[in-house]
Amino acid sequence: MSYFLIFFSAAIVNNFVLSYFLGICPFVGVSKRVSSAVSMGMAVTFVMLITAVVTWLIYHLILVPFDVVILQYVSFILVIASLVQLVEMFIRKVSKPLYDTLGIFLPLITTNCAILGLALFSVLRDYSFMESVVFGLGAGAGFTLALIIMAGIREELELAPVPKYFQGAAITMIVAGGLALAFMGFAGMI
Amino acid sequence: MSSTLSLKTEFIKGIWKENPVMASLLGLCPTLAVTNAANNGLAMGLATTFVLLSSSLMISALRNLIPHQVRIAGYIVIIATFVTVADRFLAAYFPSISASLGPYIPLIVVNCLILGRQEAFSSRNGIGRSLLDSLGMGIGFIFVLVVLGIIREILGSGSIFGFAILGDWFTPWMVMILPPGAFLTLGILIALANWYNDPSRAKERRAVS
Repeated sequence: MSYFLIFFSAAIVNNFVLSYFLGICPFVGVSKRVSSAVSMGMAVTFVMLITAVVTWLIYHLILVPFDVVILQYVSFILVIASLVQLVEMFIRKVSKPLYDTLGIFLPLITTNCAILGLALFSVLRDYSFMESVVFGLGAGAGFTLALIIMAGIREELELAPVPKYFQGAAITMIVAGGLALAFMGFAGMI
Repeated sequence: MSSTLSLKTEFIKGIWKENPVMASLLGLCPTLAVTNAANNGLAMGLATTFVLLSSSLMISALRNLIPHQVRIAGYIVIIATFVTVADRFLAAYFPSISASLGPYIPLIVVNCLILGRQEAFSSRNGIGRSLLDSLGMGIGFIFVLVVLGIIREILGSGSIFGFAILGDWFTPWMVMILPPGAFLTLGILIALANWYNDPSRAKERRAVS
């Protein structure tokens, strides 16, 4: 499969958020403002890219040669947790305002299913090194795209007369349903 | 504060009042992803409850031994270990379920519900209390998954737990077993729960009875 197809498929056709349901927690939590959605998307894309590189190396250079593939979940999640810690320290040093915007959601990237999902999917699909890097980039771009669209819609929704019981999480789910429906239009392009 | 609650309340609260999905919006990924059929929802709920119970047991027993600074990493390793156990068990004894849930079984590791309970409850309470809390939360989680699975399966394939119940006259709504159906159904369920829990309605109910 060509790199372009992998990228396009991860970003649009099989969007991580809207068709695999990965990373729903930040999708619901950080999608109130477009500006914080952009920074969250960038943080996740960055972590995804590093994760794709590191977990591929660990899987193919350590777990497979030593025949301990059964440890893959434990080792993947540990690597991701320490990577997120590093990114958090880095952002705190470089940009205090960015750190304040992302707030508690930065440590939560650890338990963001999208990151672990990325590592698991590239093992399942037996991607080569370059393919899993492209896959990571595409998944990050797709996540950012979904988050930004959602944040844009929610900014408008604040002015809309939403029925009382649908306010908050319920209307967010309905809007996400509409978005997922729209993204289904891309199905069959690949 | 939690120590003043009776054991029964500790158990009951997870089922409805502090239901992990409906009230706290935790563990949404598996909730949405695997509920295209009631069977899958049930299997996912049981696997998650198993992991939740065993890691609560382990963490509440070790709570005074795990250093505070590295507790999250410690919890995650414990959770990942039990997820590996659950994953291998399903692959060995229920290969068809394991195949249909795919990567969502290993993704139990990052289910916020499990880590959330460990951080908020098991790390501060004794073994008995933590087990009760986890059992309640687990049952609440299974409940939502199965309800969601049943609704989507009836509308999307006209069956419950794989048995066809609607006749040939029924045209399945394909969209219900596809991703948009998951979002729409959960959104409507949350709105219904809001309506049911509304304090002003609760007062009316009491006045009538």
